Amino acid sequence: MSVTDRLLGDRQRLAYIASQAADSRLNVELETEGMTLNIGPQHPATHGTLRIIARLDGEQVVWAEPSCGYMHRGYEKLAEVRTYPQVTTLVNRIDWLGSFANEVPFILAAEKLMDVEAPARAQHIRTILFELSRIANVSLFLGDLGVQMGAITPVFFAFRDREYVLNLIEGATGGRFHPNFDRIGGLKDDLPKGWIAETKAVMKKLRTFCDQIEELLFGNEIFQSRTRGIGVIPRDVALSFGLSGANLRASGVDWDLRRDHPLPMAWNKADWKVWTHPDGDSFARCWVRLQETREATKIVDQLLDTIPSGPIMAKVPKIIKVPEGEAWVSTENPLGEMGYYVVSRGELGPFRVKIRSASFNNISITPWLLRGVYVPDIVTILASLYFILGDIDR
Amino acid sequence: MIGTLASQLGLLGGLLAVEIPYWGQSLLRVLGGAVAVLLPAGTIVYVFLFKMMSFMQSRLGPMEAGPYGSLQLVAEVGKWLQKEDIVPERADARIFKMAPIVVLVSTFLLVAVVPFGPDAWFTNFEVGIFYALAVSSLSVLGILMAGWASANKYSLLGGLRAAGQLIAYELPMVLAVVGVVIQAGTMNLQEIVVAQNAGSIFGFSGLGNPFILTQFVGFAVFMVAIQAELTQAPFDMPIAESELVSGYMTEYSGFRFLIFFIGEFATAGVFSLLASVLFLGGWGLPFAWFGWTDIDSVDNWMNLVGPVIMITKMMLVAFIIMWVRFSSPRLREDQLQRFAWKVLIPVSLGNIAVTSIFKVVM
Amino acid sequence: MAKVPGLVKGLGVTLGTLFETVTKGANTVQYPHEKESPPTRARGVIALHEGNCTSCMLCARSCPDWCIYIEGHKELAPPRREGGKPRQVNKLDRFDIDYALCMYCGICVEVCPFDALFWSPEYEYSEPRIADLLHDKAKLGEWMETVPEAPELESGAEKKKK
Repeated sequence: MSVTDRLLGDRQRLAYIASQAADSRLNVELETEGMTLNIGPQHPATHGTLRIIARLDGEQVVWAEPSCGYMHRGYEKLAEVRTYPQVTTLVNRIDWLGSFANEVPFILAAEKLMDVEAPARAQHIRTILFELSRIANVSLFLGDLGVQMGAITPVFFAFRDREYVLNLIEGATGGRFHPNFDRIGGLKDDLPKGWIAETKAVMKKLRTFCDQIEELLFGNEIFQSRTRGIGVIPRDVALSFGLSGANLRASGVDWDLRRDHPLPMAWNKADWKVWTHPDGDSFARCWVRLQETREATKIVDQLLDTIPSGPIMAKVPKIIKVPEGEAWVSTENPLGEMGYYVVSRGELGPFRVKIRSASFNNISITPWLLRGVYVPDIVTILASLYFILGDIDR
Repeated sequence: MIGTLASQLGLLGGLLAVEIPYWGQSLLRVLGGAVAVLLPAGTIVYVFLFKMMSFMQSRLGPMEAGPYGSLQLVAEVGKWLQKEDIVPERADARIFKMAPIVVLVSTFLLVAVVPFGPDAWFTNFEVGIFYALAVSSLSVLGILMAGWASANKYSLLGGLRAAGQLIAYELPMVLAVVGVVIQAGTMNLQEIVVAQNAGSIFGFSGLGNPFILTQFVGFAVFMVAIQAELTQAPFDMPIAESELVSGYMTEYSGFRFLIFFIGEFATAGVFSLLASVLFLGGWGLPFAWFGWTDIDSVDNWMNLVGPVIMITKMMLVAFIIMWVRFSSPRLREDQLQRFAWKVLIPVSLGNIAVTSIFKVVM
Repeated sequence: MAKVPGLVKGLGVTLGTLFETVTKGANTVQYPHEKESPPTRARGVIALHEGNCTSCMLCARSCPDWCIYIEGHKELAPPRREGGKPRQVNKLDRFDIDYALCMYCGICVEVCPFDALFWSPEYEYSEPRIADLLHDKAKLGEWMETVPEAPELESGAEKKKK
């Protein structure tokens, strides 16, 4: 057995052979060597420390592979030695742009194990905050899209209008980026006075922002020529690679966990629509996210009108020991489907938490998708797939 | 040629009651050249890059350095000067160090031929515009040198993209200018200015005859071509900040990067000056307002007011360039090339055909 | 009227924002000349009310970072009334919060059974040396002056029992 056979596993061996084959094909065709370009880990285009090893033939990609793990913080290991409130704090930081959304599936899993349901008011407000974090997350995506394409102005609009949402979250929870607000059995605190009126005003501003982005970016012919037809993911490929969220819906699959997986949250109390797009290209993914942001503002508006009154916390003991068992809960997070598999042995903290994060599965499609595209298209495709490094690496 | 400016400086000497020796005049000329390049650069950087871009993004821009941030450029220059001068180990050091200078030299050579007043010019070539277009292509060489010598794959990609793009967009620029030359009947920039200001549109001489009115197609093509020559969005593939970090400028730090940075805006300023000379009437106001008929009857005070008018017109053109830069995403390299070869060149060729027909007929 | 190309509309948006900034002012706050005040609940810094603290160690135990350092000793206090037994009280020797480690999660404030820890929206306490970010008992007591009243709750909320 050669050195490579002994040291590498099966998958790695196959990848190595594929890259050698790509190289030799290049060498035969052009009698020149291809160029291996490392995109990242420090790079403006990768949203964080992602490394994409691309073998280029001029400006065309022959072979690409993502290499993640530069931001691995060991969440699942950390969770083994922390109590439930402490894990909730940590888990905020996985997808740091829409951080309330990370807490929710974890808390729901723990509540499932405890057989406790949060009171209606808590469920309602949880859903409102969840949608607010979706808006915060995706509005940054819309701005970032501009920067990746070269338009430097939309990102400032995005930050300007996202600021309102962050101020809302801070008013309610005390933290702009890391609310740490969800507790087993309900929420930590109730909403401060005037929050509902303020939120309604902010939702109006966000709809204006969506219109502005549509005019400035989506209507721009250059943007359309950069994104239409680029990075097409057919429906069955999307399903087989485990994509989720807007990436899946942009390939024509009508799948939204908020509607399809019933959970003790208030999504079924509002009237909203699931947006899909048949094309599956980069434009479709960006467009679906824009529409989802608008839809999220509508959900928040409707839910704000119908918040039931009552307690914000169910009757749970002060020191919570979750009974033995295993539970899996996944929700439709801003980035896709995020789920937690919590194993409990009846103690103050979980025994084992497995985190299924959306971006990890979303970028698994990049080797398949990036073959044959130009270098600028790599940036477009990565921008439209939209991942957060904290979500990939945990 | 040289005599006229010398006589002007002699006039200045007469005003100051002192005889300026020849070396003094040359020194003043050199300083004038430096000012003619750096003043537009500095103004464009402050007004458009620092302030206009910020205002378009709902923020105020630099406010701390000087009143309303006016000394920010001085602070930036100081900052870049005190940075370490890094030459990558495997870079071709001599070419690496020469590249920014080549780019800047082409800008200085270009401004030598721009007239600022009836007697306030550096050189007055008979083939002024031909020289200008030839010399503006030097910067392509500098960018290629920077991209290749940096020993960096990103810089190489940027340099190669720049080579393709800049050469492709030279042609529409030249062809757009040919329309102006046909209409003016001369390649001499000073005479093009006079032709615009002394001319009349269908007998109405109140506005002169700025070529932007008749050569509007040429103006549009020229503006697009300048946008591409300056590697500004939507044609900034060579720099492509989100992909190539900084393209051919990636490995440069300190003073060398400053030369690239100032060079970029200085070239923007000089191209805007050129556009205002070719299309907007240059340093002049319509002669009919003052009762002048040709270049010799223009009063002397125009030599002092001319540069001010030039700066104003330059700012107008630069405003358009920068406005488009801040509002557009960038085109991909092959889309860029397709646009230049399949759209701009046929359009400008058509413009030349129509202009020639009109010139012969009228 | 032919459709205006998207490029031109985009130019209109930026020009519109330019005029808006010139006439109505920018969206940014020129810190440090002007400062925004954070909401009441903002998690800026933790303040300690020493009188309430019994060094039960619940906060130190529940901190995910273990950034609270508590040392205390037991003392005998005089009896509450004549002829009674002397009571044992916990006296606090050291209560440090290391803000270089603190994650600003608020679990310590939440679990304290004696209401000794409070959130304050103060955020301007950065130091040139990391070691100075360890706030001791006295400094934490000073932050008490900046603690705001708890905000009123929205309509429909249950009245708080305590």
